[in-house]
Amino acid sequence: MNNNQTIEDTEAGIIESFSWFENWEEKYEYIIELGKKLPALEEEYKKDENIIKGCQSTVWLASEYKNGKVFYKADSDALIVKGLVSMLISVLSGHTPDEILDAKLGFIKEIGMMAHLAQTRSNGLVAMVKQIKNYALAYKSISVVGKTI
Amino acid sequence: MAELTIISPAFDVNEIRKCFPVLEREVKNQLLVYLDNAATSQKPQSVIDALSHYYSNYNANIHRGIHTLAEEATAAYEATRVTVKDFIGAPSSDEIIFTRGTTEGINLVAYTWGRQNINAGDEIIISAMEHHSNIVPWQILCEEKKAVLKVIPVNDEGELLMDEYRKLLSPKTKLVSVVHVSNALGTINPVKEIIDAAHNIGALVLIDGAQSTVHLDIDVQKLNCDFFAFSGHKVYGPTGVGVLYGKKKILESMPVFMGGGEMIKEVTFEKTTYNSLPYKYEAGTPNIADTIALKVALDFMTETGKEMAASHENDLLKYATQQLETIPGLRIIGKAKEKVSLVSFVIDKIHPQDIGVLLDNQGIAVRTGHHCTQPLMKRFGIPGTVRASFAMYNTKEEVDRLIVGLQKAIKMLA
Repeated sequence: MNNNQTIEDTEAGIIESFSWFENWEEKYEYIIELGKKLPALEEEYKKDENIIKGCQSTVWLASEYKNGKVFYKADSDALIVKGLVSMLISVLSGHTPDEILDAKLGFIKEIGMMAHLAQTRSNGLVAMVKQIKNYALAYKSISVVGKTI
Repeated sequence: MAELTIISPAFDVNEIRKCFPVLEREVKNQLLVYLDNAATSQKPQSVIDALSHYYSNYNANIHRGIHTLAEEATAAYEATRVTVKDFIGAPSSDEIIFTRGTTEGINLVAYTWGRQNINAGDEIIISAMEHHSNIVPWQILCEEKKAVLKVIPVNDEGELLMDEYRKLLSPKTKLVSVVHVSNALGTINPVKEIIDAAHNIGALVLIDGAQSTVHLDIDVQKLNCDFFAFSGHKVYGPTGVGVLYGKKKILESMPVFMGGGEMIKEVTFEKTTYNSLPYKYEAGTPNIADTIALKVALDFMTETGKEMAASHENDLLKYATQQLETIPGLRIIGKAKEKVSLVSFVIDKIHPQDIGVLLDNQGIAVRTGHHCTQPLMKRFGIPGTVRASFAMYNTKEEVDRLIVGLQKAIKMLA
């Protein structure tokens, strides 16, 4: 899907949604719902090189570069992590490598998820963001040297 | 569960709880329920005070100082050695080597005894339920020496297949290194039987006591193991200190581990002679404060009564097992007849991490994941488990909180 909103707009939308939640249950039910809604990644993408493997659960992250924009697909065997990665993708997918690399992603902190999932080794949000940005950086370098993939 | 009496008259869990300040804290606006004791136990106030008292009153480097502070620190440090010796029934405090923890103890043996005694074609036996700490050091050694690592399999209940073990023993077997109590399943292994069988064919035995020391009575002489390693932080003591016990004769014959101060007798540029036991293996300034506080932790356990604590913990295990089994779709991993108070489980179609996150939001600390036993998880065909592990200060009410928390988590994830 093409992302016509800016990254900041999408982030603001998420922060707005979360501001309505009155307790942690509602927050997590929302994230779990996002996890359930994110379509399972096709088996062809579930290969080792797409794994962000951590101590606890497995996250697969695949990307595609089309018309100067990066598109992400992801999956996880854990539902909450899947919901979180779904949120990240909804914010960053469909943007240019530069936009993705510049994204501050303040919403993670705003919605109270930073402290919670950054800790579980490489499988926290931090690792996911890093991998998402790594892809963007790789596409940026490729586009600079004028190659297509 | 009327037939279970959780609080025995002589063991007052509420009094015990008062000794552990962290148990009063709130997590996510609820009183903490700490069920991750197999990872590390909480510390009684007396242990915390011992650390602060050392740094406030007699912090000094030990063994060579002639001033009062050094003498006091040395005396306290060496007093721990004597307490440890008694705690595990070792014949001599010379056989008690302070390490950073179980992992370092196992590595010490692998790097010293192992390098001296393991040759090409020799065999080392471990079990399928080892922690990575009792796998990787032997793999490194086997790779270096072209030796072979053999693995005792486990059955579906999570018990070692002893007949298979006996079949693995051969004149090529030089060492058997097994875990006393499984950190992932809670299984208590028949280590006495394992040790006797290994000795019959002339192999040595190392027992990984990381999980057993806090729950079971340890008597290294009765066990007749050659090495026994455990960690301070799992026995209500501080992190960063552990113990390796080894039979004196073997320790004396082994080459040194790390070189440096403390472990030497005389150094010249031509040749260095080494200190006697146990200092031979304690190079550099040791972890003085934590070692001193370890004595306080062991004394605390002895004064509380290890047997009564174990009986309380076993009641909790029984109660938790009964309650968990009422949850639809929940499967307990590890149903050995002999278990310590630890229960690992999986729930149909739910990832353990999701359970862990939602329990944490209810103030309940459990461990989720593979528990550093990836080969064992593979054996059971699961990515990991949720593990609740109990200590002397846990209560039946906390088990109830776990059950209610789990039901809520399952409902949210369904």
